[in-house]
Amino acid sequence: MSITYLEAIREAQARALRDDPRVFIYGQDVGSFGGAFKATKNLAQEFPGRVIDAPISEDAMVGSAIGAAIEGMRPIIEMQFADFSTVGFNQIVNHAGAFHWRTGVPCPITIRLPSGGTTGSGPFHSQCLEGLYALYPGLVVMTPATVEDAYSMLLEAVAIDDPVIFCEHKYLYYHLKAEALPTEALPVGKARIARAGRDVTIVAYSAMVHEAIAVAEELAGEGTEVEVVDLRTVKPLDTDTVIASVARTGRLLCVSEAWPWGGVTAEVIARVATEGFGLLDAPPQRLNAKDTPVPFHPNLWTSHRPTARSICEAVRRLLQL
Amino acid sequence: MVQSVAGVQGASVVSSLREGIVAAYRWMLLARVLDEKFASLYRAGKIHGGVYLGRGQEALSAAVGMSLRPGDVFAPLIRDGAGRLAFGETLVEAARTYLGSALGPMRGRDGNVHRGRPRDGYLPMLSHLGAMISVVNGMLLARRFKGVPQGVGAACIGEGATSTGAFHEALNQAAVERLPLVLVVADNQYAYSTHSSRQFACRSLVDRAVGYGVTGATLDGTDVAECLAVVGKAVRNARAGGGPQLVVARLLRLCGHGEHDDAGYINPALKQSELGRDCLAVAEERLRVDGWATDAELEAWHGESVGRVEAAVNSVQREPTPDPFQETWCALATPRLKDGFPAEPSAARAGTVAENPPVAAVSAVPAP
Repeated sequence: MSITYLEAIREAQARALRDDPRVFIYGQDVGSFGGAFKATKNLAQEFPGRVIDAPISEDAMVGSAIGAAIEGMRPIIEMQFADFSTVGFNQIVNHAGAFHWRTGVPCPITIRLPSGGTTGSGPFHSQCLEGLYALYPGLVVMTPATVEDAYSMLLEAVAIDDPVIFCEHKYLYYHLKAEALPTEALPVGKARIARAGRDVTIVAYSAMVHEAIAVAEELAGEGTEVEVVDLRTVKPLDTDTVIASVARTGRLLCVSEAWPWGGVTAEVIARVATEGFGLLDAPPQRLNAKDTPVPFHPNLWTSHRPTARSICEAVRRLLQL
Repeated sequence: MVQSVAGVQGASVVSSLREGIVAAYRWMLLARVLDEKFASLYRAGKIHGGVYLGRGQEALSAAVGMSLRPGDVFAPLIRDGAGRLAFGETLVEAARTYLGSALGPMRGRDGNVHRGRPRDGYLPMLSHLGAMISVVNGMLLARRFKGVPQGVGAACIGEGATSTGAFHEALNQAAVERLPLVLVVADNQYAYSTHSSRQFACRSLVDRAVGYGVTGATLDGTDVAECLAVVGKAVRNARAGGGPQLVVARLLRLCGHGEHDDAGYINPALKQSELGRDCLAVAEERLRVDGWATDAELEAWHGESVGRVEAAVNSVQREPTPDPFQETWCALATPRLKDGFPAEPSAARAGTVAENPPVAAVSAVPAP
């Protein structure tokens, strides 16, 4: 048996619906159609009345999820694309994120954001918004890179008493497979050493973890040992694991598919610079997408986001510093 | 959590017009006296942030609060002091939030009109207008999912909020799900300084009801009897399964947007018009003319309101204010997931380690 990243997300939702009567799924086309990506395939049939088509109203979707959470439910909201979550941005950041702080009442909602680029998707079906949501207090932001994490972290997202932004990468939906669903997992908030090495640390998350591992494999043939840290959640950010890795390697490259201004890579480098400056043998580096909207054509798209090739070049430069 | 004033019960059990109007008048009066106290504290520099009064909107607001029952949902807006009291908020709780008492429901983390007790169906408003409507929808939907009595959800907004996407999305959502939502629009002619002619172009906002597929009703917000009748009917319709109800009240805001605002932009002709009547004075006049209250009774009610407001504010003023050293500074309900920003540059590593204790290597995922 093998299971894809997308199937793991579907299975986690089925499991959550089965195990917890408080769970329901609300989003555009999630009902009998099974979702734009089929992440809710057959769930409406298996769980009648609990997988519900929403009007194209992201603000109202999130607002009503907050109301349902107040009533003790555990809603899962599917944004059709991460890009459209900005229509519900106010409810997510100002309402859900601030709710427990203001009122003392938890707001356990899970918002699934199909994130990241695939070829031909263009400016409005490709965005990576984890840095935007991580900026706001009161939100947990998950960025699973593996089939196992997609499954176990989504289950945890539903169980956690806080709003969770679950950034699932669309490129990994079909490309990533595992033999089976996991039976154990690292705790939420703990980063993972995806590959051990002693010469340079690449900190990545989501799809970029796999690009980084490809680079590590290529450079291993040249005698360079790259350590790859998979952040798993960008908020909270596991600074300890990052700093421990930098302590071993002395060199840091942080990679993200998101835009370059601020964001996760800047945050990682800021923390390493302030807390582990003495561990660095070279200036910490970062690699992001270019500061333009995400292009449509594959020729442009593959140059817009970091790839194994551009990451490899960045590592080679870093090793010369 | 619904309380009562000196033996006066909510409108749902009021058997006569007189009793309804008397009860509403007393909530309106209490709210007006409380508002005036807040305004006076503001002018004395004793309130942090703004003060927002309900002057001119008390009749509509009281009618909403009185039409609801325990177990219903109420999402008031900034001018709903009367409705809040009628729904069950105590004077002490209102004063605690304005004065920033650590003992209030918002504990100094949020203030003034941003107060409520969500689990009692009393929602603390967001400043982003229209945002509360879909939250009410979600509570009503959840009750349908749970198979428990749904009750009615009332959300109050001004005419300015009808221009937002949130209003449209939420009213449409309520209509699609046929929820027992009562959406009360106080068309008080001005959204801050902007006249409603710059807000919408339809003849009346109630004309939108047909477009959403909901029941619409309109009323004179200066006439408390009409407020009680029309809002009460809308709430009964919703409770009886009639789906969402859009109630549009015509009135005029008789104060600034907040106490910082002298409202010099309000057209004087509007103040002289029927819209500009003070609903509290209109109600009082009716009580007098119809012989439903004597001058002595009116005076006694006023005195009682002043006494209760003074007692509440005096007691709250002696309460502790929030202490930054006692504050958790954790926005999450799950403290173990708090991100570990270093508190002080010199204590950077220690601070991070302390806030993010080492966690177990793996935790079990129960077998599917």
